[in-house]
Amino acid sequence: MSTTLPGAPTRAPAPSSPADPPSAPRRRAIAWQRWISPVAIVVVWQLASSTGLLAEDELASPVRVVRAAVDVTASGELPEGLAVSLARVVVGFLLGAVLGLVLGVWSGLSRWGGLLVDPPVQMLRTLPHLALVPLFILWFGVQETPKVLLVALGVLFPIYLNVHAGVRGVDPKLLEMARVSGFDRREVLRHVVVPGALPSALTGLRLSLGIAWLSIVVAETVSSDSGLGYLINDAREFLRTDVIVVGLVVYALLGLGTDALVRRVERRALRWRPAISGTES
Amino acid sequence: MSAPTPTAPAHVAGLVRDFGGRRVLDGLDLTVGPGEFVALLGRSGSGKSTLLRVLAGLDGTDEEGIAGTVEVPGSVAVAFQEPRLLPWRSVRDNVRLGLHRDDAPEAADRALAEVGLTERADAWPLTLSGGEAQRASLARALVREPDLLLLDEPFGALDALTRIAMHDLVLDLWGRHRPGILLVTHDVDEALALADRVLVLDDGRIAADHAPDARPRHDTADLRATVLGELGVIAGAAG
Repeated sequence: MSTTLPGAPTRAPAPSSPADPPSAPRRRAIAWQRWISPVAIVVVWQLASSTGLLAEDELASPVRVVRAAVDVTASGELPEGLAVSLARVVVGFLLGAVLGLVLGVWSGLSRWGGLLVDPPVQMLRTLPHLALVPLFILWFGVQETPKVLLVALGVLFPIYLNVHAGVRGVDPKLLEMARVSGFDRREVLRHVVVPGALPSALTGLRLSLGIAWLSIVVAETVSSDSGLGYLINDAREFLRTDVIVVGLVVYALLGLGTDALVRRVERRALRWRPAISGTES
Repeated sequence: MSAPTPTAPAHVAGLVRDFGGRRVLDGLDLTVGPGEFVALLGRSGSGKSTLLRVLAGLDGTDEEGIAGTVEVPGSVAVAFQEPRLLPWRSVRDNVRLGLHRDDAPEAADRALAEVGLTERADAWPLTLSGGEAQRASLARALVREPDLLLLDEPFGALDALTRIAMHDLVLDLWGRHRPGILLVTHDVDEALALADRVLVLDDGRIAADHAPDARPRHDTADLRATVLGELGVIAGAAG
C-alpha cells in the first residue's frame, strides 16, 4: 500500500538510501538471499526430526509433511476439503462485501443513511465477531450457514468502515468542481466519489480477506465434517501432525494468494499515483 | 437565481451575505457586461471569493444569510485557485467530463490545443507542472463556451515567469472567445495588466471602479498608486 498522499511532492530517495529501488540484477540477488534463513529453518527442523529431538507425534518432519501432502492430494481429501473451504469463503466474502459496500456508500453519501446505519455498525464492530460462534451454532446448526455467515460478518466491518471513510473523505473541492462543470449524479458517483473512495476501500478489501480466512479457520475448527478445518481436526484425532502441517501450509498459501491478488488490483486501480513503485506494498 | 438569459450581462444588485452574524457582502452592486474583462481586487477576507462563489452558483440563494438579486448569463465556467483536476482521470477526460455534447471529445482536444497541452492530453494530472495543471483547468472552463468566465486567483500559486505566460494566454483566449470575465485577484499589477475595469471590494461593497487606459498599456503607475491606496497599502513606502 502506498502511503504517499496524492498531490504530495514525491522525490526519489537519495541514491545510497536503503529504500532505493535496486537495479534488476541486484533485486534478483536479494530475492535469492532472502531465502537463506527460511531454508535454514527447514533444514534445522528436518535435522531435529531425524535425530529424534522432535517427536513425530509433536511435529512431523518436513519430509513427512511433503509425503503427506502428496498422499492427501492423491486420495482427493485435500482437493475436496480445499474446494469446500474455498466455496464457503467466497460465498461468505461476497455476502459480507456487497452488504458492507452498499451500507458504506449509503451511509457515506446520504444524511439519513449515515444516521441510521452508522451508529449500530460502529457499536457492533467493537464485538469480536468470532465470539458469536456459540450463538451461530445455536441459531443455524453446524452446517454451511453458520460458517458462511461468520465469514460474511467478519468481512462486513472492515469493508463498511473503509468504504464509509473513503466516501466521506472525498475532496469537497472536487465535488464543487464537478458541480460547476455540469456533472450529473451518475458522473459524480462514477468519476469523483468512487475513484476518490477507492484507495480506502481497497485497504478494507485487503483487511477483510485476511479476516475471511481467519473466520473460516475458526468456524471449521469448532465444528465441521468437511473442508480444510475438518481435514486438520480429523488428523489430530489420529496424531497425524504431518497432515495438520499440510493444512496449515495450505491456509498460509491461500492467504498469500489472495493478498497478492488484491495487490495486483490495487496497482492497476491506483496507477494514476506517481509514487507507486515495485518496492512498495 | 432568475432564469438565465444568454449573452446578457452578469448582474448583481444589493447582494448581502452573512456568515453567522458576520456580514461579508453588504449591499453589493456589480455588472459584468458581455465580453467585458473585469478584475476584482480586495484585501484577504474582503469577500472576493464569496462573491465569486455566489456567481458560480456554489452558494445558493436558497441558503440562509443571503439576499439580493443575482442574474448570470446562460453558461458560467470557473477556474479555481487550485486546478481541481480529478487525479484518476486523464487530462483529456478532465476537460471532457460533464460536457454533454456529441462532439465533446473533439471539443476537449481543441481546447487542449488552444492552451498548448496537446501532448499532455493522455497524462495523469499529478504528473503535470503547476502551470500545465492550471492550463488544463482553463481548457476545462473554456470548452464549456462560457458567457461568463470566473477566475478565482488562478495564477496565485504559480511562479512569476509562468504567471506572465498565463496572463498572455488568458488575454489571447479572451480575445478569441470574448466571454465576460470576472478575475478575482489580490495582485494589483495583474489586474491593471489584464482588465478593462478594475474594481476594489471593501467593506462588503464595490468601493472603487477604475477603467485603465486602452491597450497596450505603458504607464499605469498613477493608477497603481491610487488602487494600492484604496487597498490600504501606502504605495512606495516599502521602497
